[in-house]
Amino acid sequence: MKTLLVLECRGGRLREESYELFAFAEALGGERAMVLIGGEGAVPKASRRLYLADAARYGEYDPDQHAKIIVEAARREGSDCVAFVHSSYGWDLAPRVASALGAAQVSEVLGVKEGAFEVGCCNGKLRRTMATDTERVVITVQGGAFLSWEEPSGSPEIVAVEIAAEPPRIELVGYEAAEAKTVDLGSAEVVVSAGRGIGKKENIPLIAELAKALGGELGASRPVVDAGWLDHSHQVGSTGQVVRPRLYVACGISGAIQHLAGMKGAEYVVAINKDKDAPIGEVADVLVVADVVQFVPALTARMQQYAMTG
Amino acid sequence: MKILVCIKQVPDMECRFRVNGAGTWYEEGDLAFRINEYDEYAVEQAVRLKEQLGGEPEVTVLSIGPDRVQESIRKTLAMGGDQGVHIRDEAAATKDPWQIAALIASYARGKGFDLVLTGMQSQDRGSAQVGVLVAEMLGYPCATTLVGFSYDDGVVTARRELEGGTKAVVRFRLPAVATCQLGLNVPRYPTLPNIMKAKRKEIEAIAVSSLADEPRRAGTRLLYLPQKRGSARVIEGEMSSQLEELVEILKTKCASTR
Repeated sequence: MKTLLVLECRGGRLREESYELFAFAEALGGERAMVLIGGEGAVPKASRRLYLADAARYGEYDPDQHAKIIVEAARREGSDCVAFVHSSYGWDLAPRVASALGAAQVSEVLGVKEGAFEVGCCNGKLRRTMATDTERVVITVQGGAFLSWEEPSGSPEIVAVEIAAEPPRIELVGYEAAEAKTVDLGSAEVVVSAGRGIGKKENIPLIAELAKALGGELGASRPVVDAGWLDHSHQVGSTGQVVRPRLYVACGISGAIQHLAGMKGAEYVVAINKDKDAPIGEVADVLVVADVVQFVPALTARMQQYAMTG
Repeated sequence: MKILVCIKQVPDMECRFRVNGAGTWYEEGDLAFRINEYDEYAVEQAVRLKEQLGGEPEVTVLSIGPDRVQESIRKTLAMGGDQGVHIRDEAAATKDPWQIAALIASYARGKGFDLVLTGMQSQDRGSAQVGVLVAEMLGYPCATTLVGFSYDDGVVTARRELEGGTKAVVRFRLPAVATCQLGLNVPRYPTLPNIMKAKRKEIEAIAVSSLADEPRRAGTRLLYLPQKRGSARVIEGEMSSQLEELVEILKTKCASTR
């Protein structure tokens, strides 16, 4: 297998997640090369060939041009696999590259087994093994699934890539920074998070009370934030904050991959959920099968009592 | 203006899944089906644009699958879609994103759609491919993962969600394809009068055999339940005994954080 790893540059810098692709290439076996649309400051610490196109010329985000550059690098390298991180950059570009290469695409790969790709299905409740019927294949790799790569080191052999520049059809106007964090979940020792399973906004105080009783901060899953029950500063997950508390209590959270990505570094995880099969059970140390709306207030009362009496 | 919204009907993710006898897909009999959540945002965005432009745009909602998908199409017509298109395909679940996109493109080609909206991914397979592939096949530009959308005089200014709460502001001209991320808007609940009105709206049924038939590129070899790590201690039973057990655990955990 000759794999081309598509690295990502944002704000002039290499995105750290790009390094996860090296672990994927390792798992797959065979040769690897890299391609990057970026500048000097984004060149990875890694050996082997790097096809480099200048972001000053093609933009940091111009999907049509970037796809052409990646296809050009794949042609020159004779790659039979092109791998992206399953990120806002990767899932946007991968189908365009697959389409141009006549390749099958397998999205959000979390494992490689005997040359077949393992992916999740139905919110992580199921797994699939995928087989491809084409000569070449395009992959997006699930964030956090391949981490076993050693500390990055080395410097690449740079090969410049140029294509005929065209005016972008999707024009990047600029970036909007994340809202200022009013809640710092990242350094909290205890995080108690609310998920959609709490049923309605009016039940948020039940979870907030438990957080208070346990001396922790209040977190939330994405659906709770999207529904406007809590603001974004409480969101735990790949598009929110990444937390590493000693204790994480997930209340009514099913455990979508994006949420797990934000909390699986927690030392001890308690999940309270009425669905025994919910994927949160995969990462939990304790799973209490119960209705959160009934269970949580009772738990809060007991913990308050304990705090008073010791 | 002509808007096409592509929706998928998916199982309710709260359902309990069972793998079929062949080990290649899930048993559909026990499941409840609903509109893919991401696609609801696409429907809402189409209806909002129609409202913004004084009702001029015509909103067509398309879905591929067995007869049960008509129920989902009907719901989007109650949200404000004008007409439905049902591509009848009993084998839709066995098709890969490339084949599904080819069916949509084959239907849409030459019909002059100015804007194609769909979810950025489906809740069941989550491949995030179909919208982009439809754009590639139609030769349209495509913006993905939108959490903001405004339209003015042929130009869309949109916000793409990136990682860590950062957004990218992008601009593109119609015709185009746009894929919707959760939180783009707040999808409306159909009102009773609109549900009644939707019953009289047309859903055109099209045989899948009349559209492009592309060969499959990737297929599911096996479907299975993930191996439980088995480390989770499951606490079931009476609430009082559940509480006893959990409180004891939390006492030690909280003591260690003090």
